[in-house]
Amino acid sequence: MEIDDPRPVPEPAHLQVPPPEAGLRPTSFIQPDLPLTDPSVLSAPTMLRIERLNLFYGEKQALSDVNLTVSRNSVMSFIGPSGCGKSTLLRCLNRMNDLIDDVRIEGRVLLGNTDIYAPETDVIALRKRAGMVFQKSNPFPKSIFENVAYGLRIQGQSDRTVLEEAVERSLMGAGLWEEVKDRLKDSAQGLSGGQQQRLCIARALAVRPEVILMDEPCSALDPIATARVEELILELKREFTIVIVTHNMQQAARVSDHTAFFWMGKLIETGLTENMFTNPGHRMTEDYITGRFG
Amino acid sequence: MRQFDQELRDLRDGILAMAGVAEEMIDLTSQALTERSRTKADQVMAMDRILDEWELKLDRLCVDLLALRSPAAGDLRLIASSLKIVPELERIGDHCCNIARRATYVHPPILSTGSLERLGQETRAMVRMAVDAFIGSDAGLARTVIHADDSVDALYGKIYRDLLRLMMSDPLTIERASHLILVIKNWERIADQATNIAEEVLFILEGRSAKHTYLQGDSVE
Repeated sequence: MEIDDPRPVPEPAHLQVPPPEAGLRPTSFIQPDLPLTDPSVLSAPTMLRIERLNLFYGEKQALSDVNLTVSRNSVMSFIGPSGCGKSTLLRCLNRMNDLIDDVRIEGRVLLGNTDIYAPETDVIALRKRAGMVFQKSNPFPKSIFENVAYGLRIQGQSDRTVLEEAVERSLMGAGLWEEVKDRLKDSAQGLSGGQQQRLCIARALAVRPEVILMDEPCSALDPIATARVEELILELKREFTIVIVTHNMQQAARVSDHTAFFWMGKLIETGLTENMFTNPGHRMTEDYITGRFG
Repeated sequence: MRQFDQELRDLRDGILAMAGVAEEMIDLTSQALTERSRTKADQVMAMDRILDEWELKLDRLCVDLLALRSPAAGDLRLIASSLKIVPELERIGDHCCNIARRATYVHPPILSTGSLERLGQETRAMVRMAVDAFIGSDAGLARTVIHADDSVDALYGKIYRDLLRLMMSDPLTIERASHLILVIKNWERIADQATNIAEEVLFILEGRSAKHTYLQGDSVE
């Protein structure tokens, strides 16, 4: 029996879900795509601006119309399959490609306000501002101290006190000081692979660069040494801007604020790393980071 | 096919198998209720074990995939959402058991207009659509499920008020009405579970949460 009773029956209280009070809503959640990255990264001034960059090795075009910006005090990862142009682009950022015959470059790269390909640009000074750490650690056959002091010495610095301070500061910055402070005169080649790579980072730090370019810096390191370098990258971005080329997707996800995906010399997609790895906008990016091609 | 793709297919197939069991339990529950069938009610309660077994198996598979495959993008969203869809399906089984357990206590009927049957049918349709949205990667269908929940909630509220009036007007109906209140609450919860599954389907397909849209300054549309 279902009765038709005109008396109003109040809605049971537990059926009513009160609307949330506006004051209780965390304002940050109102943003639909709240980045996990420190929001200051998003508004940071641009450190590197790449505009319509094309690069040719002879007739072969290796980079096509690349446009990209890198924010100050952030980490940008370049990812993509072998031969996609990511290392070529990295080397464009401190004109390392100048050392290769038959290279032709079009477009602009601005480091701060400096057009690095302008005829008047001092390449030596540029490489001081944008230091490079390579895939394979390459300590000079010298002592630990002299490896780190090398960049300052070739700039003409000979004051022992200045050099000692710079070496200590750089080794501390690279997280190596405590391990080597009692053997600075020992050969750098006696260090472990991970220590040698951090020594190379210290060597880059010694000349106080603005940008550190890293070309697969952990590819020859074991997981523990890799973890130390990754921690170091996160610490270094407080003072420096870092661009890293890596084949290791998890490494890109762990250390970078922004990721750029390249394919066949073209920039396919760039964005916040957490978005690139959870919800990329381009099908090719998705296929690459999920291992379905490349 | 890559081993990882096969494992993802195994995960999808497992969820479909689990959803199939849940849908069968819903059908049997409706029949047990309308036919006052203790046999069918017992069948429902026996089937709950199958869902529990699937839940353990698929939980393990998801954790293994996260640990061993480091998934990203669409693969990551599928696995993360599967970890939420699986318990929703398991809970649907629990709600069916709660309803089936009362199948013999709600007779003779005190609701004459078929509203109870309609609540079961609408809930059943929502579960079916949510599963179809998952199978067919159909965002439109997932949104239909989310909107359908309002209709089920309204129907639930209406029946609830009808039952209150019945109990006030005829104390002899109180025992059956009390059981029926729990029955309709469990149907309504199953509809919520279908909604949650549909929200996960949208996350898998579109990469953004469809939950608590008031916090995101957006709507499901």
